[in-house]
Amino acid sequence: MVPPLGRRSWDAQLLWLGLFGIVFVVVLPLANALGFLSDYYLNLFGKYLSLAILALGMDLIWGYTGILSLGQAIFFGVGAYSIGMHMMLEGSGKGVYGEPVPDFMIWNQVYQLPIFWKPYKYFVFALGSSVLLPAALAALVGFLTFRRRLRGTYFAILTQAIAFAVWLMLNRNEMKLGGTNGLTDFKSILGFSLGQPATLRALYIFTAAALVGAFLVSRWLVRSKTGLVLQAVRDNERRLEFLGYNVASYKIFVFAVSGALAGLSGLLYAPQVGIITPSQVGVLPSLEIVIWVAFGGRGTLWGALLGAISINWLRSVLTATYPSLWPIILGGLFVTVILFFPQGLVGLANKLRSLGKRKRTFLTTARVTPASSKVEGHPL
Amino acid sequence: MALRKTVVVLAVLALAVLPGVPGPGAASAVPGPGVPDLESVAKRLAAPATQEAAILALREVGDPSVGTLLRALKDGALYRWKGRLVILGDDGALKDLAGQPIVDDRGQPVSPAEGQEAIALEERLFGLVQNLLERLEVFSLDRQARQSAAFKLGNSRDLSAIPVLAKALDREADRQVKGAIQEALNRLSLSSPDAAVRARAAQFLGQAWFESSLAQLRIMAEQDEDAEAKQAARAAVRRIEVFLTWRNLTGYLFNGVSLGAVLLIMSLGLAVTFGLMGIINMAHGEMLMLGSYTAYVVQEIFASRYAAHQDYFFLVALPLSFLAAGLVGLALESGIIRFLYGRPLETLIVTWGIGMIFQQSARLYFGDQTSVNSPSWFRGGVEVMRGLIFPWSRIFIVGLSLVALAALYLLLQRSYAGLRVRAVMQNRGMASCLGVSTRKIDALTFALGTALAGVAGCALALIGTVDPEVGKTYIVDAFMVVVLGGVGKLLGAVVASFGIGVSNKILEPSIGGTAAAIYAKVAILALVIWFLQWRPTGFFPAKGRAAEGA
Amino acid sequence: MTQGHSRREFLKASALGIAGAGIAGGLSFPAILRAQEKGPIKVGVLHSLSGTMAISEAPIKEIVLMAIDEVNKAGGVLGRKVEALVEDPASNWDLFAEKSKKLLLQDKVATVFGCWTSVSRKSVLPVFEKNNGLLFYPVQYEGEECSKNVIYTGATINQQATPGIDYLMSPEGGNRKKFYLLGSDYVYPRTTNKILRLYLTKVKKVPESAIAEEYTPFHHQDYQTIVGKIKSFSAAGDAAVINTINGDSNVPFFKELANQGVTADRTPTMSSSFAEVERQPLDVKPLVGHLASWNYFMSLKTPENLKWVKAYKEWAKQHGIADKQAVTDDPMMHAYIHVKLWAKAVAKAESTEVDRVLKALEGLEIPSPVGKYKVDEKNHHTWKPVYIGKIRADGQFDIVWKTKSWVRPAPWSDVTYPGRDCDWSGGGKGSYDMVGGKRVWLSEKQ
Repeated sequence: MVPPLGRRSWDAQLLWLGLFGIVFVVVLPLANALGFLSDYYLNLFGKYLSLAILALGMDLIWGYTGILSLGQAIFFGVGAYSIGMHMMLEGSGKGVYGEPVPDFMIWNQVYQLPIFWKPYKYFVFALGSSVLLPAALAALVGFLTFRRRLRGTYFAILTQAIAFAVWLMLNRNEMKLGGTNGLTDFKSILGFSLGQPATLRALYIFTAAALVGAFLVSRWLVRSKTGLVLQAVRDNERRLEFLGYNVASYKIFVFAVSGALAGLSGLLYAPQVGIITPSQVGVLPSLEIVIWVAFGGRGTLWGALLGAISINWLRSVLTATYPSLWPIILGGLFVTVILFFPQGLVGLANKLRSLGKRKRTFLTTARVTPASSKVEGHPL
Repeated sequence: MALRKTVVVLAVLALAVLPGVPGPGAASAVPGPGVPDLESVAKRLAAPATQEAAILALREVGDPSVGTLLRALKDGALYRWKGRLVILGDDGALKDLAGQPIVDDRGQPVSPAEGQEAIALEERLFGLVQNLLERLEVFSLDRQARQSAAFKLGNSRDLSAIPVLAKALDREADRQVKGAIQEALNRLSLSSPDAAVRARAAQFLGQAWFESSLAQLRIMAEQDEDAEAKQAARAAVRRIEVFLTWRNLTGYLFNGVSLGAVLLIMSLGLAVTFGLMGIINMAHGEMLMLGSYTAYVVQEIFASRYAAHQDYFFLVALPLSFLAAGLVGLALESGIIRFLYGRPLETLIVTWGIGMIFQQSARLYFGDQTSVNSPSWFRGGVEVMRGLIFPWSRIFIVGLSLVALAALYLLLQRSYAGLRVRAVMQNRGMASCLGVSTRKIDALTFALGTALAGVAGCALALIGTVDPEVGKTYIVDAFMVVVLGGVGKLLGAVVASFGIGVSNKILEPSIGGTAAAIYAKVAILALVIWFLQWRPTGFFPAKGRAAEGA
Repeated sequence: MTQGHSRREFLKASALGIAGAGIAGGLSFPAILRAQEKGPIKVGVLHSLSGTMAISEAPIKEIVLMAIDEVNKAGGVLGRKVEALVEDPASNWDLFAEKSKKLLLQDKVATVFGCWTSVSRKSVLPVFEKNNGLLFYPVQYEGEECSKNVIYTGATINQQATPGIDYLMSPEGGNRKKFYLLGSDYVYPRTTNKILRLYLTKVKKVPESAIAEEYTPFHHQDYQTIVGKIKSFSAAGDAAVINTINGDSNVPFFKELANQGVTADRTPTMSSSFAEVERQPLDVKPLVGHLASWNYFMSLKTPENLKWVKAYKEWAKQHGIADKQAVTDDPMMHAYIHVKLWAKAVAKAESTEVDRVLKALEGLEIPSPVGKYKVDEKNHHTWKPVYIGKIRADGQFDIVWKTKSWVRPAPWSDVTYPGRDCDWSGGGKGSYDMVGGKRVWLSEKQ
């Protein structure tokens, strides 16, 4: 992970990314291996980083394209459940009951492995299922809605309803996916015990690397011509239609990409956290993703990243230090940030920087960063 | 003996088939031992040799006066003291067999220290005595107790209870209890050895649609040796089954309407804030919660200050919850939301944050152990068909939702204020030019939306929980209703909520398995999603320019 | 991997990686003291203080803190004070897992008192087993589990649910012949009902057709149709409802029962997750006569209980809990004796090390508000009496039935797994099957 230093000067962003990559991919695991950083924190960071990928996907559709999906957690869930199912099967026989099927099936009186579980014995299948399946599902939802010109608030409410329905169904034990309990008690992945710090460290490195990769892909996407079209969709969809663009295809495409990113996020989340339940797959978690992005700064990839990590970190801190006050603090934060810093953390940082810049060098024209481009006033 | 029983049964049936018309000769038609002499009964009970016979003899005695004696025997409170039989009361003082306190020479109650000898009840007779005591409950002073005792006896298949029930029927004045006793008598008669009695009982039960006897009748319709009785049972089963089909249908329909009303009342406010103004207010659920807590607070104040008028708390709570939620809405609008007009997503996040704050504050302040108890007028319900009760609280919610709907309609469509509201929402600039204070209208309209949520919360507290999460339970449903109905249309919200409500409740019972409630809900969601595919803007889409804003 | 380092490193890392840290103002992870011999012993308290389970779990946190306070007032444990670290997992099972990791790995607590639902227990279980932690679990549960790292003080099926059935089928209970099993949709009700169904059909010879089963999600509000079904099911008057609904859904359920005229004398409800705490907010009139089966009732007239209830009322007053809400119930009683059990075991073991404490706990007896309690010598569960209570007009439970003596805990029910048991004492390795007179450990089966 060598930062591409030799690029043009406006690629300062890449420099930052490189720095980020070095710190998270190399320095932290090294610190952990040497005993400077506890396993718990490394694991916790792993969780945050995997969720940051989810936020990136959300930013692509909402921040750049203006599609508000309130069902993004479904795709995350597909990813997490896919790998979870694989890990359950890998650990089967080692549960409380010592039966060849996962424990939760026993208390639901299922003694034969259901047919749809069988392919998940293969890691490759689980891998594919956790990234490609959400992409395909997203494409399907997109196909059904965008071509019907369902957009804006309607799309948001519709995805919210889908998320609600999926959540309701996942909670049913008849779905044979663990019901409210979800999937838990994973023993190992690819034969490596999840109880070993080394395994978790490796998972962490994968996650951090995947995040950097996802960031690069997203960055490439938003800077490409397609990206420009997407932003045009956000800013004035109707005009774009008049210009002859097939808007629906672009939207379906970007929605599928965000679905894949969400699936990837779930794939990395489940083994590190050790549990995946429907409570991560409903309306509320979907809304939370939106809030991470808004908090970090909508329409900037850094914003998504920072939002996801900082809010999740805050939650970990606050539920421990102020267990009864944390929802109030968090809620207050949302209100304050949106009211006073509508462009989120990144907008705040830019404002501070441009203040500083103006003082130092007002010879160079203040460059308008993407973050401060028009965010206000456009429709959903 | 058997013959005598039959006579009794026949006599009873003669009464029973003419419900509500107890013949003048009813009392004389019930033979059996007259009022027993307590002393002699007690003596026989006290002697081990005659105990069983004495208890058995009491089986057909329908007289409550032996109740005290039997209970004392069962509880080990029957004593022989100074040559007479006495009962030891709860207070430690002796009482005579009729329950009157025994006083000594100085007129003081006697608390024996020695010289008393407990009368033992044989272990194996314990159940029998228990049984007899239950039987005597049909003479209890408490209406409810009589009714449930009659029901229990009807269930017991113990034919010896018939004379007791007959006597109780004779004494009974309450229509409902009378019905219960008749039901019990006839259910018992189904096991009668006489085929004609069985047939008549079956006929009676079928005529009056007594569902409780259905299982028994079904068996009889299959297995009875007598053709006539079999036929009667079959007819009765058919009659009851047809009745049940209709009753269930009525029940489902009512459940559906009631769910529809719940959906309507909670989405009316949203129809204003989201439908009319286009504000995605994620704290709508918390406004609802505010209404629920207002009801709770008023209830607590009444409980501590005006306990005598506890029931009236609801009359105070309803308008107060409207005001409270409305004021909070006003404050929210002028303090926060007005800075976010035209930015629906920021509004979403901010209101989400506000919701979180409200929720946790409520939890910190009130705790989780809160509940609103319906005023006594809302307890129970009206029995529209045998065994089908429409709870008053649900009827009230249906009524309230319709009243709220009518009021909102009149306000928006038929009043000057409503005209201005609609003008601002349709063309803000033009309205402003014409001198309408858009600022004021915005604030008041938003407050109206939240105030309606408050009323909904107050009403829903009657049937549900009052807890900080209450808003989250309803918010998704409320949004669905508004979107399905078509944003900005009251009629749409009405059609959507009753449509969802009724189809949900019709669907739910027809789905088997252990989770009908969820599958029905998911099926409805799927239907709604499918419908929106087909008509993305709901039943009644807004037309023209306003449609572009959403 | 000393803790002093890790904190510094963590803060450094945060500063590097998270620009947003500044927003947090002065917040940071709680001060982590180096585990010194003289410092307080840290214990974790892991109960939901928000979300759907808060109604049941928040009072448990209070009673645990009260018990710890009592222990500290009596001089602490091993001459050290006990410090409680309270975490709020917010009724979110994933957060339970994260919080237990934090308590065990980061705070290095000596033990954790926590969890209510079986879901939450199942989600923290892998964490405790991987890291050899110690969890005291206060609530009745479905059994079919016997972890080395958990002390289960709540009832097993044979200490709560089956006695309830026995009672309902007895003459005093009204000779009930049909059973409607209604519960929240998760492990505890599902497993309990699986066992009860077998118990009813095999042991009690109840036909399958006389059993109905239904599940609703957590926080379900609309019981109209279900109560309608119950009404039809129990029309003949010989049915009972076995209620394993958890949390606040009990409120709309009982309201609907009352409104639709389902009374306790016709169709009694036997609840196993509905105690004084959940009863308290409800209007008692429609509930009178309904039943509950527990190992403790607030109305028990033992001197120990009266004293304990009084102590809690005082504690509640000091901590701003309304007197009306300061009620005690079965899981609270268990949570209370947890702390005492742990303190006694630590004193006995002269160490807070998990394995030594577990050893000391085997067969340990402790006085409780309902008399003596005993940890089983082998299976990490407790011996206790069973009571059945009927709701009185004053909201308390009238005890209508109780076992003659304490009942042996059976984590594996005899109906579902005859011959299966659990042993952690000596060289025990947990659950085993008896095969040909020899123990076959489940953990070694494959």
